Amino acid sequence: MTAMQPDLKKKKRFERLTDAQLLTIISGGIFLLMYGAALLLIEAFRKPQVFFDITNYYSYLIIIACSLTVVMIGGGINISVGGVICLTCMVCSIFLNNCGIENQTLLVLATFVIAIGIGAIFGAFQGALISYLEIQPFIITLGGMFLARGLTTILSGGENVPVSETNPFTLWINNAAIKIPALGTTRVRKGQVYVNPATLHWVTIIAVVVVIGIYLVMRFTKFGRNTYAIGGNTQSSQMLGINVKLTRFNTYLLSGVLSGLAGFVFMMFNGAGGKTGIGLRSEMDAIAASIIGGTLLSGGVGNVIGSFFGAIILGTLQKIIWFSGLQEAYWQDMANGVMLGIFIVMQSVVLSVRGKGKMHLPEWLKYSKKNR
Amino acid sequence: MPKEDNQVVLTMRGICKQFPGTRALNHVDFTLRKGEIHALMGENGAGKSTLIKVLTGVYEKDAGSIRIEGVTGEAKIHSPQDAQNIGISTVYQEITLCPNLTVAENMFIGRTRSAFVNWQARNKRTTEILESLNIPARAKQELSRCSLAVQQMVAIARAVDMQCKVLILDEPTSSLDEKEVEMLFGLMRDLRDKGVAIVFVTHFLEQVYAVSDRITVLRNGELVGEWPVAELPQVQLVATMMGKSLNDLESLELVGQKSVGSEEVVYEAENLSSTESKPFDFSIRRGEVNGFTGLLGSGRSESVRAIFGADQVTGGRVRVKGKNVQIATPHDAMKNGIGYLAEDRKRDGIIADLSVRENIILALQVLKGFFHPMKREEMEAFADEYIKALQIKTASQDTPIGSLSGGNQQKVILARWLLTHPDYLILDEPTRGIDVGTKLEIQRLVLKLAEEGMSVTFISSEIEEMLRTCSRLIVMRDRNIVGELTGDQLTQSQVMQTIAGGKQ
Repeated sequence: MTAMQPDLKKKKRFERLTDAQLLTIISGGIFLLMYGAALLLIEAFRKPQVFFDITNYYSYLIIIACSLTVVMIGGGINISVGGVICLTCMVCSIFLNNCGIENQTLLVLATFVIAIGIGAIFGAFQGALISYLEIQPFIITLGGMFLARGLTTILSGGENVPVSETNPFTLWINNAAIKIPALGTTRVRKGQVYVNPATLHWVTIIAVVVVIGIYLVMRFTKFGRNTYAIGGNTQSSQMLGINVKLTRFNTYLLSGVLSGLAGFVFMMFNGAGGKTGIGLRSEMDAIAASIIGGTLLSGGVGNVIGSFFGAIILGTLQKIIWFSGLQEAYWQDMANGVMLGIFIVMQSVVLSVRGKGKMHLPEWLKYSKKNR
Repeated sequence: MPKEDNQVVLTMRGICKQFPGTRALNHVDFTLRKGEIHALMGENGAGKSTLIKVLTGVYEKDAGSIRIEGVTGEAKIHSPQDAQNIGISTVYQEITLCPNLTVAENMFIGRTRSAFVNWQARNKRTTEILESLNIPARAKQELSRCSLAVQQMVAIARAVDMQCKVLILDEPTSSLDEKEVEMLFGLMRDLRDKGVAIVFVTHFLEQVYAVSDRITVLRNGELVGEWPVAELPQVQLVATMMGKSLNDLESLELVGQKSVGSEEVVYEAENLSSTESKPFDFSIRRGEVNGFTGLLGSGRSESVRAIFGADQVTGGRVRVKGKNVQIATPHDAMKNGIGYLAEDRKRDGIIADLSVRENIILALQVLKGFFHPMKREEMEAFADEYIKALQIKTASQDTPIGSLSGGNQQKVILARWLLTHPDYLILDEPTRGIDVGTKLEIQRLVLKLAEEGMSVTFISSEIEEMLRTCSRLIVMRDRNIVGELTGDQLTQSQVMQTIAGGKQ
């Protein structure tokens, strides 16, 4: 037994990091590198507003990336989040147009409750089917996606449902931003100084609060740890006395609630109004963000801080491409694809080098055992 | 050493468990005392695992009673949780912890009621436990970064910390090396001295004698007996597991003319190993019939599978008729004149929905390649010839093989290989589950083929059968070849002694 002790002490700091921590650090590092390079090379990037634009615009993506991350850590998948966002916006818009509530606070609260409620109902139904009837999550949430999009079309008759400029909710969201003059730009015209302050929308703050909140839940609650356990090894979890079904159900419930919240946040930033195209493909972006952030599709590994970086990496990439003058959508798609590919290969390499990857490295890439 | 006061912790009485088609447990009794390591022994399929699973609530027993100290009346065990709650903990062969969590988490997850996790307290308590049990791991270490032995020990530590009275170790040593096994044994002895009753299931005979105080043997789902370890020498244990008394064995008669073969070596392997088997040397002469023997699970089937390339070959050199060849897949083996009748007829042998004829010509067709189809008349002629030669009872050669009896199915598969005219034929359990008449036919056929110059490796669970047909027996134990018997040594008691390790 004593023979083993020196071995333990020899382990370096690098080895002590868990895979999840390592992958998160990598995604954070990549974000900093990418943003740093953009600052150096692209002049337009040097305004702080560019960063706020990214977080403001992608706040809903950050939230659904968290939603996906929770489910993926538990070994599942949820591709209905985009559909739920779309349905939420539509239902809320119809509600805003027809409820007749004049009190602004009451109206905002009611809308918020409806948004969360829709997400929760979707999450609960899907979670129940997946965890108690043991149906494939991909199939159930694919069905959920179609259902949500179909319901949206039925409710709207295929038309856009705009919400008027004078609706109290619209008036509320018009003020839902923090102006920061210190980070803004100034212009002097005819001796007069005009300040164009940087705008940090409330949605960014909501998204950051969600990320921190979910991080704490996943790290410090029984539910969070059980989710990691069932994603790591379902059968063992059962043997260890974890209520696997309830835990799995809860991941989908939480994921649904976050999708509803993402729908509300989307309306806050983009204005109330239902359209059938809202959130199209956003579930795929969210999956990409989670993976880039170090969440493994096989479950058990990942954290939402990484997913936050994943989402803003995608956002930064879009901005870089935009400022480079390649403004067609396909360039952005291609860049996303390449990025995702690079990350997945990199994750496999990192995990393999640490000796436990699912994918095997080619022989020439492995460093031989003698060197260890 | 076992405590003198011999306080009974657990009693199982009259346990029965029926599965479709088999009676897995038939009125089995089992008694466990405080502070002992109790080995539960038996061949594969003897009912060890079923008994353990009944005890841990994975299976529901059909009849019988379980009583455990501290629970008045019969213990009700309907799930692994129930078992844990009354103090029965199990550590399985495959580690049932979560590799992606830290050691400390694995110790405590699923046990706490609180909705929040206190990491500091958890890590501190874990460090204490690890230190008290001398387990070389850190609380904050990810479990997957520990060696298998340490993972196993963490699982045991978890069980111990749950105040278990009964600790079941199901094949805990099968993936550990010698040093790690010693570490584990140290931990087991510590726990025994602290009063934990340990059930130790293993197929390694030496390990039983290294740590156990008492042995219970099961055979075919029935209890054979319980002995203090000192009263059951190793060779006697093997005989008990196989259901033979040593005296019976000496008098067994040998029937038939055995074939030793000519000088020419047909197949020769050096250090051959596969993902399933350890490296071994082996050779067979033209016209020789040899056999691999050993307890079920000793690695005899895995060895021949390596010869045929049925498992992924990981190393070694192979010569066929003096020429170096590479046999990595069954197809390579077939091209080199090797045939292999697989142990599991249903899974690896018959294709149930195809006709007898199609099943017969399959191997030959594979050898010819699928771009050289055989003529219909040719196929029919072959099928007819072998149906007649092997006396296969079938309505016609178009009958699906699935509707034939087991013995006749086996003959069809045999015909399939004979049709390829192999130089070397491996028969893995060709007589399993078929009637006595057909068994004798197959044994006779093996001897006849050998006389005609074919080399045959014959594997059977029934030692008599092998003694009757083989001129050389290779004895395996724990995946190693431990002996080779020829001539006068081919007696049942000699075989058993070799299996047991030569100790009386």
